[in-house]
Amino acid sequence: MSNPTTTTSHRVVPPHVETNPRLGTWLRVEEGVVLVQVGKVELGQGIVTALGQIAADALGLPLSAVRIVPASTSGPDQGLTAGSLSVTQSYPALRHVGAVVRSLAYPPAALVEPVALRTSRDHHPGLTAYVDRIGTLDPDLDLTTVDLDATVTQNSVGSDAARTDLPDKVLGRPRFLADLRPDGLLHARVLRPPSPAATLSSLPHDWTAPGVTLVRDGSFLGVIGEREHAVDRALAALADAASWDEHDSLPDEDDLASYLRCAPTEPTHATDDHPGEPTHTASYSKPYLAHASIAPSSAMARWSDDGSAVHVWSHSQGIHALRAAIAGALTLELGSVSVEHVESAGCYGHNAADDAAFDAVLLARAVPGRPVLLRWSRSDELTWGPLSPAMAGTLSARVVGGRIEGWSYDVWSQGHTSRPLYAGQPGLLATAHRAGGAPLPPAADPPAAAGFGSLRNAQPAYDVGPRRITGHHVTVAPLRTSAMRSLGAYFNVFAIESFVDELAAEAGLDPVELRLAHLTDPRARAVVELAARASGWGEPLPESVGRGIGFARYKDLGAWCAVVAEVAVETDVRVRRLTVAADVGLVVNPDGTRNQLSGGAVQSTSWTTVERVRFDRRRVTSGDWESYPILRFPAAPRADVHLVASDRAPLGAGEAAQGPTAAAIANAVHAALGVRVRDLPLNAEAIVSAIESEE
Amino acid sequence: VTALTVNGERVEVDRPADTPLLTVLRDTLGLVGSRFGCGAGMCGACLVLLDGKAVPACDTPLWQAADASVVTVEGLAIGGPNPVQQSLIEHQAAQCGFCISGVVVRATALLDARPDASGDDVAAALERNLCRCGTHQRIVAAVLAARTVPA
Repeated sequence: MSNPTTTTSHRVVPPHVETNPRLGTWLRVEEGVVLVQVGKVELGQGIVTALGQIAADALGLPLSAVRIVPASTSGPDQGLTAGSLSVTQSYPALRHVGAVVRSLAYPPAALVEPVALRTSRDHHPGLTAYVDRIGTLDPDLDLTTVDLDATVTQNSVGSDAARTDLPDKVLGRPRFLADLRPDGLLHARVLRPPSPAATLSSLPHDWTAPGVTLVRDGSFLGVIGEREHAVDRALAALADAASWDEHDSLPDEDDLASYLRCAPTEPTHATDDHPGEPTHTASYSKPYLAHASIAPSSAMARWSDDGSAVHVWSHSQGIHALRAAIAGALTLELGSVSVEHVESAGCYGHNAADDAAFDAVLLARAVPGRPVLLRWSRSDELTWGPLSPAMAGTLSARVVGGRIEGWSYDVWSQGHTSRPLYAGQPGLLATAHRAGGAPLPPAADPPAAAGFGSLRNAQPAYDVGPRRITGHHVTVAPLRTSAMRSLGAYFNVFAIESFVDELAAEAGLDPVELRLAHLTDPRARAVVELAARASGWGEPLPESVGRGIGFARYKDLGAWCAVVAEVAVETDVRVRRLTVAADVGLVVNPDGTRNQLSGGAVQSTSWTTVERVRFDRRRVTSGDWESYPILRFPAAPRADVHLVASDRAPLGAGEAAQGPTAAAIANAVHAALGVRVRDLPLNAEAIVSAIESEE
Repeated sequence: VTALTVNGERVEVDRPADTPLLTVLRDTLGLVGSRFGCGAGMCGACLVLLDGKAVPACDTPLWQAADASVVTVEGLAIGGPNPVQQSLIEHQAAQCGFCISGVVVRATALLDARPDASGDDVAAALERNLCRCGTHQRIVAAVLAARTVPA
């Protein structure tokens, strides 16, 4: 069987090549291997492996002859690794780079065919000569000006290539940022204030502890030392010695929906088509959630001996923006700051990585020439890292004879991004704690072109007649919020897809039937039908077990995904099985795509059934794994993923399943018990209070 | 000075007796395979075998390991990946892989004690190993496939 060949029109230069036109920015040759540098980073999602597959095919090389090297600020600027855009944006860029390279360095077709290159991996003279020729190409070549050989034979793309990073991790080799052990290493910790509004009131001027150096700048306190244990002991002593002015600044954690609805807001009208008088209305809410990465954030920084320049090792999602934010915060030339990416534990959005990087920079400045490895505490990670905002929403619809003929949605939320450089500020936590620092501005919301934040997936995918969609952007920030996997889509899809089920129940229609009756997009219909079929939709279930469905097209322009949940409700909510059907266009790595989709669905099960950031009126109180529980092995559902075969443009998979899973679980609980839970988390307590409010 | 055996080699460590074993492994001995996740023995990322029993190294003071045998995730890979490690790689049973060192250690201890463990047994044994990426199902399947005695 011959491998598929595709030809792409290259009259349009891909945007990321347009902005990074120099060949040498993207690749170089070392020891017979083509080192490809991308601007996307490994967050635990397997992107380095998938981009290697794309690059290998684009270059006409076997996977073994290509290696993706970690991103750094000397490589291409591809913006953030976020929004499920890494494959979508890198696929055309790497194909373009590969096409240029092949048109300049490829062996004549008669001499070596691509398939021959693929099958004769080692020491093939044609292969070696080709790689050598790539090494001689001018690094300053402008990629936008070359005529292209755009025919690509698909060898690696579409295969289940093994993750290149997993052996290191499974065998316990150094791989993560916190594993860096350069010569002269110093360890560091920061003492964060005990509550969001706290400021340092006193610390003895002569405070010292054995084996450490204190760094003090306003309410920003840190310690640096040779030995990690001495640094940890000093941190505990520092916490005892420091006293803080604290005051109440947080809302009632049990009434967040009212808080959001009454807070100062800026309205954002997405749509107003004047829907008619509604026949049904319901309101939903979600609490603040934490990223809860298994590793606390870390970073390493080393200043030059003369203190004029700093190099930073970070697990940030956006190293170029981080670099500019650090330079801005310290009024340095951009060229004085460089950042390279090193992996840490799974990253699910804007966590404390950037803050940790700036902390390391501030502390390392006290010891020029020495690399300083900073690690946050578990408690700081869960309480000081940016949170996914609490949200509230009200949906109304006009239903006539089983047809939806009018729709409105109002959603209240703090902003979904406070990434470095938002609101014209560096946006790094320590800037607020340093002497003369101001509180960080409230989070912004990404614009429509980036898929919105609070309004992400606020539009139903269905034919619902005239619609009115209004976002209420809460402009106060009792807790710091930013992007977490799928942003507002998680809540909006939960609310919309729960409401659609309520409408189906009112109309006496099957939930799948009602959805299909209002969906015209064939790719949407296909995943709904596939999920229903694969899950045994309609087949009988035991008592107290229910099945529910949720569907969305992520950001209205990404992957189509439908999820069916099978949930048992007895003393607690137990998600037994998830059936995920998705259309992500061309699948670069089917096994990796399944891993991402099932992982997203299982993580959403955790958000939906057990998670909630806890606080009193002063302090965030969910600072460990008992007060901020996440789903554990015995409760983790089986998740079966079904992919639609497609040769359309590739779309991301990492954020497609979260919203549909949440709704599928709520709808399954309703199917099992006849009880509608509209306020997350969906646990036994929520079911009891839903029953009470219906009585 | 505390003497202990780490991955089959006798070492002497000149550190305060209350130093967490994890800090000794990572900072003093350069064995960074046991990962720091919480510092309170709640997440499982730093599990090691202490005289054959899986314990969180972050929550084990050095004195408790005196004259004991400590085996880390690196030690389990001496002479090549152990069956659990091999199976996890074959099943691509990780996403970020930060929790996986602890999973390897706990699952190895489980299968040593109970070579016929069931899927429910594996999930129960991993109850205090946190995975945030949602890879639970693959991990359990990989551990089951590593059994030398089929159930």
